[in-house]
Amino acid sequence: MNLALPAPDIARAIMRISHEILERNSGSETVTLLGIPTRGAYLAARIAANIATIEGHPVQQGTLDITLHRDDLRMRPPRALMPTVIPPLGVEDRNVVLIDDVLFSGRTIRAALDALGQIGRPRTVQLAVLVDRGHRELPIRADYVGKNLPTSLHQSIKVQFTELDGVDAVVVDDGGAE
Amino acid sequence: MKHLLSINDISQAEAVTILNTAEELAKATDGPIKKLPTLRGRTIVNLFAEDSTRTRISFEAAAKRLSADVINFSAKGSSLSKGESLKDTAQTLQAMGADAVIIRHQACGAAARLADNRWMSGAVINAGDGTHEHPSQALLDAFTIRRHLVHGGDTLDGLHVAIVGDILHSRVARSNVLLLTKLGAQVTLVAPPTLLPVGVEDWPVSITFNFDEIIETVDVVMMLRIQLERMTEMFFPNAREYSRYFGLNADRLRRMKQNSIVMHPGPMNRGLEITADSADSARSVIVEQVTNGVNVRMAILYLLLAGTSQGEGVPA
Repeated sequence: MNLALPAPDIARAIMRISHEILERNSGSETVTLLGIPTRGAYLAARIAANIATIEGHPVQQGTLDITLHRDDLRMRPPRALMPTVIPPLGVEDRNVVLIDDVLFSGRTIRAALDALGQIGRPRTVQLAVLVDRGHRELPIRADYVGKNLPTSLHQSIKVQFTELDGVDAVVVDDGGAE
Repeated sequence: MKHLLSINDISQAEAVTILNTAEELAKATDGPIKKLPTLRGRTIVNLFAEDSTRTRISFEAAAKRLSADVINFSAKGSSLSKGESLKDTAQTLQAMGADAVIIRHQACGAAARLADNRWMSGAVINAGDGTHEHPSQALLDAFTIRRHLVHGGDTLDGLHVAIVGDILHSRVARSNVLLLTKLGAQVTLVAPPTLLPVGVEDWPVSITFNFDEIIETVDVVMMLRIQLERMTEMFFPNAREYSRYFGLNADRLRRMKQNSIVMHPGPMNRGLEITADSADSARSVIVEQVTNGVNVRMAILYLLLAGTSQGEGVPA
């Protein structure tokens, strides 16, 4: 278990992402943040808090559960659905920023794009992740990346947030017994 | 959970998972596009040996909203009416590659028999077996009650539900008693002694013969249909007398508690167990029960069919 990103680095990365989102979209008026549960939702809440502080008013923020659109449903036991909360202005004609903790194969994001299409037609869809670990299986890339962490396939990356895990940390696990 | 045969087979946690999943699926199909790709490529057979309108259509709508293929199969117009056995029918469905069979049958235990005998490998969902159980109806009733009367909780703790009418022949009553008490509600059965089943004193419910005694204190009045097709003897002197003592009419409706609701699993005999103005009143959630039925049945199909059957349980 290696600590790849300690708490202060995580806070700085999230702050930088918040500024980048504002820069790219010229403010927060047209922006809707959608976190992918579980940890993407916490990350979205933190980015939203930063943006509210910077801009002086709250940004549209919600969650988007992608379970129903996953392509690996058949390979696992059934999953409980997580809440989807679409903020009042919806996604129609908005600049939607999808937010997740780790970008890996890209399949989660593909499912998220499908889930989003079910709800409406955003003007643009952007992607923010705390960690990009590589090994994409689909032509998907992130617009905002907290940290690029080159990994090998048998390693696993865990993002921990205070709300769920008691600490803020990104740890790399080398696969233990192997 | 591989099959849904009886409320007895599911725990409180599983029941809550079904209701919460239904809540999320309701939201997910609320937008401009009502169809989800989740069960694409799965085949679901509606095997209805007994007549049904809403249960069959409800399951069909639920399956189609999840993109499954649905084959409808009713007794009339199939080999069941030529005397084909349940086993042969099941093996035919198995051979056609059905991933799930939703069965309604006049014999108690028909669904369990289909599930237990290795006649077929798919999931079996009981959509009503004789006078035994109708679990998906109980789940949609619990879902409807929770939406109206519970704010911010998972269970039905502290609610008082009266189930009124033909308990003897009612699979809806049996499943509801099991589920509502499992979810923490208090249940009172209201019926003439002739319409109560043998052994009802061992059910986890209280019983009264006097509807007026409890009408002012209950949160939910669930009226049951007088099942004329199962009435082989005289259970009450005449319809007018039954209506007077056990029917829901304008007077009883007026005396109900604030925020209390009226339910009926349908089809209704208007004028017999429920007057038309009670059925159409502001307290009535009967039409909503039908809408909720589709969401709850989507949840059942999702939880039984979306994953692999290997590995047990749903992470809560």
